Amino acid sequence: MYNQENCKFAKTHEWAFIEGDTAVVGISDHAQHEISDIVFVELPKTGAKVEAGKRAAVIESVKSASDIYAPVSGEVIAVNDALTGDPALVNKAPHGEGWIFKVKMSNPAEAEALASYADYKATL
Amino acid sequence: MEHIIRKTALYDACEKAGGKMVDFHGWLLPMQFEGIIAEHKAVREDAGMFDVSHMGQIFFEGPDAHKLLQTIATNNFKNTPGAGAYSHVLTEKGGVIDDIIAFCMTPQKFLVVVNSATKDKDYAWFAKVAKEGKFDAKVIDASDNYTMLALQGPKALDILTKLDADIKNLPRFNLKEAKILGGDVIITRTGYTGEEGCEIMGGADVINKLFDWALQNGFKPCGLGSRDILRFEAGYLLSGSDMDETRTPYEASFGWVVKMNKDIDFIGKPALLKQKEEGVKEKWQSFKLDGGIAREGALIYKDGKQIGKLTSGVFSPLFKAICAGYAPADLPEDSEVEIEIRGKMVPAKSVKTPFYKIL
Repeated sequence: MYNQENCKFAKTHEWAFIEGDTAVVGISDHAQHEISDIVFVELPKTGAKVEAGKRAAVIESVKSASDIYAPVSGEVIAVNDALTGDPALVNKAPHGEGWIFKVKMSNPAEAEALASYADYKATL
Repeated sequence: MEHIIRKTALYDACEKAGGKMVDFHGWLLPMQFEGIIAEHKAVREDAGMFDVSHMGQIFFEGPDAHKLLQTIATNNFKNTPGAGAYSHVLTEKGGVIDDIIAFCMTPQKFLVVVNSATKDKDYAWFAKVAKEGKFDAKVIDASDNYTMLALQGPKALDILTKLDADIKNLPRFNLKEAKILGGDVIITRTGYTGEEGCEIMGGADVINKLFDWALQNGFKPCGLGSRDILRFEAGYLLSGSDMDETRTPYEASFGWVVKMNKDIDFIGKPALLKQKEEGVKEKWQSFKLDGGIAREGALIYKDGKQIGKLTSGVFSPLFKAICAGYAPADLPEDSEVEIEIRGKMVPAKSVKTPFYKIL
């Protein structure tokens, strides 16, 4: 759905799929694998303002909690409610049904500063 | 103090089997292999094994060995070879130094299995009691001689009959010595998962052979992650977290391990008698919540007032988010409370334990 080749990546392993001034946000396949066995996702509220590099959501695995940082700033316009019932979607399809939230970007230039998939992959 | 990290004799075997190794109280042990949920399922439905070589083995030997054990332990131990039991070890004030499982090997030789983080403290305490009480018994820390594997799950004993045809005849909490895979071992019908199974201790060579044998015979290698969930579901305490010297067995909701009427008075008995009379103010109790996973250290609130703090909290594949901590003893079952997670109040309910009980 949001093929990794077409996404931009933050150093903290979140991806952003850019469509116009909207960014769909999730975590990378590498990140879901490291976190493993995701059992709870604390979603942001629709309408909330998020800031690039600041905590926007929390993912809990069986063993620990991980902060998810917004890769870009803006207003949350949608959240993936399916994760409430099936948090493991993030493990199963991190670039598909496991997306986390959508942001209407306030500063689209921030997206430009994120890494391409090839550059992100090279850091792993 | 320098933090020394040690490897168990099963370290290489665990790493080869895919273990993600972590520092656990100074021991490198697997947090998980394939995954915590898969490992939890293996133990609840099939068979799993854990490297528990970090546990300590302390022997009491001599004419007063039984008397020494009865003095340091709250539970009542028989001096019948093979018999064993779970117990708490207390300070004079009744605080829990550690929980142990001890067994009679011969009427003058007892094996005490203790937790790794508390092993040195336990040994020092046993030696002090033996010396000051002039017990005719030696206290020997033999932990370095033993590698230990816990084999757990509904199918564990069935599989192990291939190594020891009689294993199912060993009563729970009993011990026997045996020869398997060419080596001498001690087998105890014990565990920390709430499932059937046993724990096998022996030299590094034979237990490494056993690990390989078990891997080929249907035991899934499991790590600390699933072990913590399994033990919590079964209502077992984690020494050092769920209780320590500031808590008595009554406060820890483990009053059943205290035997006031046994032949020898145990250390801490007067303090416990007094507490029994006065009643406990706080008790270890469990909660279930919806909307997050509460971990150790989270605060418990009732009607906006802080009433307690969690000492354990896990995500259970069977019971979801469950946790426990100390809260007022008069808090009724099914009470609505709130637990603070990352600054948010999450509704929770006090519940009866253990969550899981088949044994």
